[in-house]
Amino acid sequence: MSDHRPTARDYPLAETAPDRVTGSRGRTLDELTLQRALSGEIGMEDLRITAGALRAQADVARSVARDALAENFERAAEMTRLPQDEIMAIYELLRPGRARSRDDLAAAAARLRTEFDAPRLAAFVDEAAGLYQKRGLFRTRY
Amino acid sequence: MTDTPGHGSNRWKRFDDWDDRPLRRDQFAVEDPENGFAAFDGAADPRPGLTFADGRVASMDGVAAEDFDLIDAFIATYHIDPDIAAEAMAIPSSQLARMLVDMNVPRTDLTRLARGLTPARLAETVAQLNAMEIAFAYSKMRARRTPGNQAHVTNAKDDPLQLAADAAIAVALGFDEIETTMRVAQNSWSNALACCVGAAVGRGDTLFQCSSEEAEELEIGMSGFTSYAETVSVYGTESAFVDGDDTPWSKAWLTAAYASRGIKMRCTSGAAAELLMGFHEAKSLLYLEARCLCLQRGMGAQGTQNGGIDGAPLAASIPGGVREILAENLLAVWLDLECASGNDARHSESEMRVAAKVLPFLIGGSDLICSGFGSILKYDNSFNPSSFNGEELEEFLVLQRDFEADGGLTAIGGDAALDLRRRAIDALSHVLRDLGLAQASDAMKRSVAVASGSNETDSFSPRDVAVISTRIREAGISVLDVIRSLHRGGFVPEAENLLSLVKLRVSGDYLQTSAIIRDGRVLSAVNDPNNYTGPGSGYRLTEHRRRELAQIRGVLDRDEVLRAEAASEIREARAIRYRTMGPATAGTDPQEIVVGISPAFGTRIFRTLAGHPLSAVLRALRAGIEQGGGRMRIVRLLHTADTSFLGLSAARLSGSGVGIGIQSKGTAVIHRADRLPHNNLELFSNAPITGLDHYRAMGVNATVYARGALPEPVVVPATGDALGARFHARVALTYAIETSMTEDDAAPETVEITFLEDRA
Repeated sequence: MSDHRPTARDYPLAETAPDRVTGSRGRTLDELTLQRALSGEIGMEDLRITAGALRAQADVARSVARDALAENFERAAEMTRLPQDEIMAIYELLRPGRARSRDDLAAAAARLRTEFDAPRLAAFVDEAAGLYQKRGLFRTRY
Repeated sequence: MTDTPGHGSNRWKRFDDWDDRPLRRDQFAVEDPENGFAAFDGAADPRPGLTFADGRVASMDGVAAEDFDLIDAFIATYHIDPDIAAEAMAIPSSQLARMLVDMNVPRTDLTRLARGLTPARLAETVAQLNAMEIAFAYSKMRARRTPGNQAHVTNAKDDPLQLAADAAIAVALGFDEIETTMRVAQNSWSNALACCVGAAVGRGDTLFQCSSEEAEELEIGMSGFTSYAETVSVYGTESAFVDGDDTPWSKAWLTAAYASRGIKMRCTSGAAAELLMGFHEAKSLLYLEARCLCLQRGMGAQGTQNGGIDGAPLAASIPGGVREILAENLLAVWLDLECASGNDARHSESEMRVAAKVLPFLIGGSDLICSGFGSILKYDNSFNPSSFNGEELEEFLVLQRDFEADGGLTAIGGDAALDLRRRAIDALSHVLRDLGLAQASDAMKRSVAVASGSNETDSFSPRDVAVISTRIREAGISVLDVIRSLHRGGFVPEAENLLSLVKLRVSGDYLQTSAIIRDGRVLSAVNDPNNYTGPGSGYRLTEHRRRELAQIRGVLDRDEVLRAEAASEIREARAIRYRTMGPATAGTDPQEIVVGISPAFGTRIFRTLAGHPLSAVLRALRAGIEQGGGRMRIVRLLHTADTSFLGLSAARLSGSGVGIGIQSKGTAVIHRADRLPHNNLELFSNAPITGLDHYRAMGVNATVYARGALPEPVVVPATGDALGARFHARVALTYAIETSMTEDDAAPETVEITFLEDRA
């Protein structure tokens, strides 16, 4: 989907480009058949959305003036690179009182930048760290 | 009269009657803005305002940037669009309000402006609309053109067999989304698998969610069992948010997390949540909800579940609370969010209040009219009773039919329902056995198939379910395992349906605003945008859909009436014989009471609306007339079927000058020859409650009038029942048969009757 920035006219992408939309192991939608599911050729990884598909949906959303939605898809695109445990660990850290100081969140942001090539997510966590400090959220809750 | 018990009361006893109404179980609260009990005008609601410095928000709604709490900060950064704000905030709210109800202002103009409006300005604007204007604006502003609906599928035992059966039913009824939750938290995996299998029976286009703890819900989604989530709650004050154990940043993180796994997600908020949690800051329900919604838009959530939700009963206790619930739904769609518009947690014991509340959404449409219609019985609803539940489902179908309004549902027939339930139960039983999770006996399966609710089932116990749930989680069973298992068991269409649904997450199409699946295709605000611009535009019923809505259970037609009469005809043939003796002439016997019967009486129609055989009615009339010393003569009138004219014509043929007119449906009149047609002696208009004793008394009274005396009129006591609703369809069909048999100027005929059975 790299040659063309999709718009609402290309939506739904599954219908207009079933040969180009792929799961996270590169199989196209056309290849995700019941036969392959039965034979075990298809795993859950093949049913996972890719960063590319999310960026394409962000383009579609922008084409109908939904920029905030598009930005969420772009954060999500970076998040496809995070394993589930990492997603949940940072979610937990963002909850009130989980981080003991601004440094805990800063460390998570650094990890997002360096290990996962996720600059948007890193900036997002950094921003939270500053505001949590200001609003006194680094306090014991349980 | 003071001796009569109760007559000494010092209270008008109508209040006792009112005390007995379900309404009186509702509690109402006095408006108290200082303590948060205000729908629109909070004691501490700020005046709208927005200033910028260096391209960043410097103050918003009376709060300087340095004093922003987490919610202000998030809204200022992620919701307010600096390119639009100056233009949008310069428009007076009165003008914005008019634009919302102006069909000539396109929806997209307004959603664009909303991106530059602060929570206080948004709230101030919709507060100026009355309930009708809010409802209209909602219909114009909602994101997707085609309306939809969402069901709860739960049961009190967390019984997976029943979940599967009920999920299949919800799908067949047309719900676009189904949502389950558990009585016992650890049963989540079992509930998810059971509903997932049940929802694949019949169709493969119903999105499904399992409302659970945040982390677990995402995990269940990752395993492919669920396709959407809506429990990402947000709140309008920082204290409530923190008390709810989250922040705007943690919830926005979760919002991205769901998208990153291809799972549709919407946030949840609603009036009075902050009030319930004790952190309302003396602000109005509407203003706090405006903050929630700006936050959600800023987070990049595609939609919201709002409109009171769990706070609906509290919101509805406040003056204007239900209008506020409407208004907050309008804010959601103005902010271009998908709106699952509440109508879930039942806000009242009064069925009238419930129906009144849902009506704007039913007639105006909504992305999901109920964000939880209880497709199961009330006691099986683990979310608490909904506005509509299994008990009231047919009422909803009838409301759709009454208003020709698409509430997203379609009636199902009894045989089809049972087939679907059995198929779902068989499919799930197979999967449970095949994957080594549990063994369902035939007796269990049979009990669940026919059960209306879990009180009637003999199936898995909550403890059995906990074991099943743990096994699913520990074995790491995924939706692909279930698809393979279904196929192995010969449930091929179900395997295909499930795969086609799971495949949809790869493209992410259903992550877009207001996405549902219809006929295997994603339908969202992108490819099915609400394009309402006045009559003839927006969502309209197709002829096919209109016919579907009309097809409810137990519909009467002319053939049905005639079929029922045919059965009566056979019985009447054994009870009475009518013989036509030629033209009737005026009698001279002063004892004579002529009974004028209508054209269809005993020829096409054979019993009254009350169900009395016409032979029995004639027998009662004759007995009464003879008791009064009179003689009955029967004349069939062919020129009219109208009761008054039947009676007057009979009276004019009667030697005594008094006659009785009676239609085949049992409506009767006593008349006298010298009176005007509609000025009769006694009218028996309520045929459905007129009994044989009344007909007998009518006969007696006719003879008293014939003697020139004044009898005590026969009183048929009214029952207060909606007899029109019960009988008028049949009345109209019956009467049409009568009128079709009349002939202008046809002469009356003398009829001789013989009773064939000697019944009293």
